[in-house]
Amino acid sequence: MDFTVALAQIKPKLGCVADNCLMVRQAVERGIDEKADLVVFPELALTGYFLKDLVPDVALRLDAPEINALRELSRHISIAVGLVEVSADYRFFNTSLYLEGGEVRHVHRKVYLPTYGLFDEQRYLARGEHFRAFDSRFGRMGLLICEDMWHLSAPYILAMDGATTVICLSSSPGRGLTEDDSLGSTIAWQKLTSTTAMFFNCRVLYCNRVGYEDGVNFWGGSEVVAPSGAVTSRARILEEDFLVAGVDEGALRRERIFSPMMRDESLLITLSELRRIERERGR
Amino acid sequence: MGGLMVNAALLRQVLVGFLREEVHKVGVRKAVLGLSGGIDSALVAFLAAEALGPDNVHAIIMPYRTSNPESEAHARLVAEQLGINHEVIEITPMVDAYFTRFPDADNMRRGNKMARERMTILYDHSAALGALVLGTSNKTELLLGYGTLYGDMASALNPIGDIYKTQVWQLSETMGVPRQIIEKKPSADLWAGQTDEQELGFTYREVDELLYCMIDLRMNRLELLARGFVADFIDTVSGKVQNSHFKRRLPVIAKVSNRTIDRDFRYSRDWGK
Repeated sequence: MDFTVALAQIKPKLGCVADNCLMVRQAVERGIDEKADLVVFPELALTGYFLKDLVPDVALRLDAPEINALRELSRHISIAVGLVEVSADYRFFNTSLYLEGGEVRHVHRKVYLPTYGLFDEQRYLARGEHFRAFDSRFGRMGLLICEDMWHLSAPYILAMDGATTVICLSSSPGRGLTEDDSLGSTIAWQKLTSTTAMFFNCRVLYCNRVGYEDGVNFWGGSEVVAPSGAVTSRARILEEDFLVAGVDEGALRRERIFSPMMRDESLLITLSELRRIERERGR
Repeated sequence: MGGLMVNAALLRQVLVGFLREEVHKVGVRKAVLGLSGGIDSALVAFLAAEALGPDNVHAIIMPYRTSNPESEAHARLVAEQLGINHEVIEITPMVDAYFTRFPDADNMRRGNKMARERMTILYDHSAALGALVLGTSNKTELLLGYGTLYGDMASALNPIGDIYKTQVWQLSETMGVPRQIIEKKPSADLWAGQTDEQELGFTYREVDELLYCMIDLRMNRLELLARGFVADFIDTVSGKVQNSHFKRRLPVIAKVSNRTIDRDFRYSRDWGK
């Protein structure tokens, strides 16, 4: 079905869950006012990014009142939002939730926790173990969190699991200034979202945050990418924004007819070759 | 030179946003900085005026009796062009009072004392004005250790610490820093006739090329040689970067507890902001 998505390109406050929840609720209300069907937030929208030792202090159980409040709001608008989740056995995850119709429809725990360059996630967080597509009122979807998308296997698994929409929640730092019109990280991400959409004939809804933490900037530029790889709508760079855009069912249908790569993809060949590689690597 | 050139408009946007957000999130509106008459502090003044508004930027010009009079004139020129608050505070009485007890002190000691004297004045004004102290050390100086620890290297926020001198020149051109400041020879102006490049033994443009390849592109010695850098130059510069590393780190703390500050008690500075 056709639907309207709002990408809430917010600027969370580092470690201030109450303030960020308020900011998120206000953006949800705005999405409802602007007749959006789905509102997407960045990675770790409820907490900020460079948390380090704050991780245990800002973590929420999935039955926390903050999440219940959003769950209630999801009766009016579907919500994808990022937070730190604490499990019953006290593991802490970089998690994204998909809330719809008053329930938590899907939980994705970030699998690929980067530790290179300025990143240090695996030091503080436990690794998620699944990529799973799920059904929403807009069709089958998958959630990815930032670095997940840099591993081609992640959207591949989602696509093979039937996802036609990939939602990526991101906190991508801006870096790599050259003579180009964009930062290096911006250019790389724009190639990535577009290529992912093209490879898997799926839509990509990419929401990246803005603001600065300890001098690191987050560049924003949230975007809606059509299954052809064409960017249909893009938010401002380096500034807060609230992008409301239509997502067209027809474009997906036509692309899937025009480029039936997902139809032709052989799961069996992939599986047998991956098993062989795993066997041979073990030697 | 290719890799060192940057999109100045984008750089300006990032740095202005940095100053605005990082100052405001602390709960203050103002910044204070030392204006030396040189290009680095001039550029920071330009960025701060754009980020915070000229009324919220306080520049302090702190000459010593042997400072080149042209430096003060250039500092005033910047302040007046931007319409920022400024005042002149001579450091001669305090510095001379100290060195009457140590008349044999060499240029290095005197220069370091002057730099630290200036920073105590900036931090005093930071408290008096409710303003953050802006740093004006660029990436070239920071990497070479060409600055005084707890003197000009101190600050609350530094907008230009990740850009090389060559890039400071480029950004200054596009932001309208006065020509005479861009074109003069860089000098710490700690004693008469001092120029940075003479003291360092190479030019900023040369060393920026090398540092960019070495630090940003992570080329190893063989790759740098293949690029045409002379072995002695590579070794001299590597030595400076390594030997000055202590200046870029917190003081070393003896670890005895389970959670030692910075080592395993780790929080971002912007915690709660």
